[in-house]
Amino acid sequence: MKAMILKEFRQMRRDRRTVALMVGLPVMMLIIFGYAARFDVTEIKTAALGPGASVVESSLDPAFNVVVTDPSGDATIAKELLRDSKAAVAIVTGPQINVYVDGTELFLAQSAMRRTNSLPSNANVEVLFNPELSTSAVMVPSLIGMILLFLGTVITSLGVVREREQGTLEQLAVTPLRPVDVIVGKIAPYFLVAVIDMAVVTIVGVFLFNVPFRGSFLMYSAFALVYLFVVLGLGVLISTVSKSQGEAIQLAIMVLLPQVMLSGMIFPLSSMAAGVRWIGYLLPLTYFVTGMRGVFLKGSSFGALAMPLMLLTLMAVVIFSLAVLRFRRDLAPKQAETEPELAPGAAA
Amino acid sequence: MTWGVSKLTVRFGHTVALSNVSMEFEPGTVHAVVGGDGAGKTTLLRIAAGIGLPHEGSVHLPGPGRISYVPPDGGVFADLTVDENMQFIADAYKLADWQARADELLDRSAIAEFGGRLAGKLSGGQRRKLAGSMGLLPMPDLLVLDEVTTGVDPVSRMDLWRLIAAAAAGGAAVLVATSYLDEAERAGRVLLLHDGAVLASGSPDEVRAAMKGTVTDVAEPEDPATAWRMGRRWRQWLPDGVSGGPVTLEDVAIVSELQTNRGAR
Repeated sequence: MKAMILKEFRQMRRDRRTVALMVGLPVMMLIIFGYAARFDVTEIKTAALGPGASVVESSLDPAFNVVVTDPSGDATIAKELLRDSKAAVAIVTGPQINVYVDGTELFLAQSAMRRTNSLPSNANVEVLFNPELSTSAVMVPSLIGMILLFLGTVITSLGVVREREQGTLEQLAVTPLRPVDVIVGKIAPYFLVAVIDMAVVTIVGVFLFNVPFRGSFLMYSAFALVYLFVVLGLGVLISTVSKSQGEAIQLAIMVLLPQVMLSGMIFPLSSMAAGVRWIGYLLPLTYFVTGMRGVFLKGSSFGALAMPLMLLTLMAVVIFSLAVLRFRRDLAPKQAETEPELAPGAAA
Repeated sequence: MTWGVSKLTVRFGHTVALSNVSMEFEPGTVHAVVGGDGAGKTTLLRIAAGIGLPHEGSVHLPGPGRISYVPPDGGVFADLTVDENMQFIADAYKLADWQARADELLDRSAIAEFGGRLAGKLSGGQRRKLAGSMGLLPMPDLLVLDEVTTGVDPVSRMDLWRLIAAAAAGGAAVLVATSYLDEAERAGRVLLLHDGAVLASGSPDEVRAAMKGTVTDVAEPEDPATAWRMGRRWRQWLPDGVSGGPVTLEDVAIVSELQTNRGAR
């Protein structure tokens, strides 16, 4: 038994990725569940509108963080503020107090609803975009992002790493195929499958789960296209730093997990500790979720989604370019820094 | 046109993998690169295939698409059938009228009947023969085969060498790395590597003739430090001997290493 334990420790010590996963994953989980995974929303971005805006603002539950005060605002402006995600709750004062709640942020909306007792008793509360606070309506648009992320990072990286494991990547480098032929040829099928996946999830979401599609198809396509470049780029990038399929999966998990937990897909970004929230702002899924919820549920304007789309595009350019450059380097002749890896029985 | 490498030096950190290695790849000739584990064979072949670069030295190779390379492990697409593997190579090299040639190669390799089988489901020897057939399909100017016969049964090795000979007969310069010295006897040119340095090179006869002394069969070793087992008998190196039995390339390789190790001591 001692021999076995010793062998395992030796192997573990040399498998740096596994050690990193064993140490990094608990730390990541601790951060996520300690600072990010919070159902108790303590801050709700609120807009106070109408003649009594200032009065209402002072009487609100402290969780309602008033970010917009506009005494001349009305219901139309309130709905626009919610559609453009500038506030999660808008209170319009006047003879009748109307409270509008953004239903696309499920926990935020539920928390806001629970705290409406701090509002005048005659207030009329209306949930916009997802009046029944349906979980599927919120999750389906986000799930598209998660499915594409899984497909892009795990499946694509495995596909490329398999070439390396089978010793065919170098063989490809010797063929007359140009690096661009190999790269595009390698990615195109995954791109196509991802597009089909996205279409299927969208159709199933709309027709089976009755998720509304209120926005522009053009905007939906723009987000999809850009996001696909991000996730496929991540997949290729992972494959270029992985020698085996096991390594690729390990790395993909490290990329997937924080995105799912910190993108605002499940837990609202506004309920996360500020430091962790910033990690969320660096993740592509955050902007894709914002975009999809905007397109599906809110019918957000181009102006409202321009910033997330722009940031996602920036990420796509950086990640995809890096991935292509690294993959290209794999195909190009290079000076060896370490001995070539050998098959059993093969000699250098 | 003769291709080749000249005065190659490759280092892995402080380890010298190849030191001042030169070799010409003549069309229509099989060149065997032989040597033990870690001799530098794969490093040399990677450079010859155009996927590795030396730290020093020059390389003269055919243009893009005129080289075929079979790596030491695999070299086939496991998730494609035998026929699909051949078709991919034909497409990648933009070959016209390739089907008859592919059928002939698979037939010579004795794997034609497995055309619809996934390459990953073939036996080790069948996979190597498929890899060899894929290498030959585009009729390259330079065919680089790294340990293509390693771990392969004798019949499959014979099939593979038939393919190799056919490629050379077709005018290709063939470069084969192998640990089997008996295979090197079939090559037109031999390069014997040890620790990245060339111990001997030339035709098999030239390599044998260059060996110092002779080797003879003995029942008991006269000097155990310069003798080695060969079946039930011993082979004894006689550094000052002039006539013994026939000398094989394996004898030359062992004697060269003995000399090198003596020099090192």
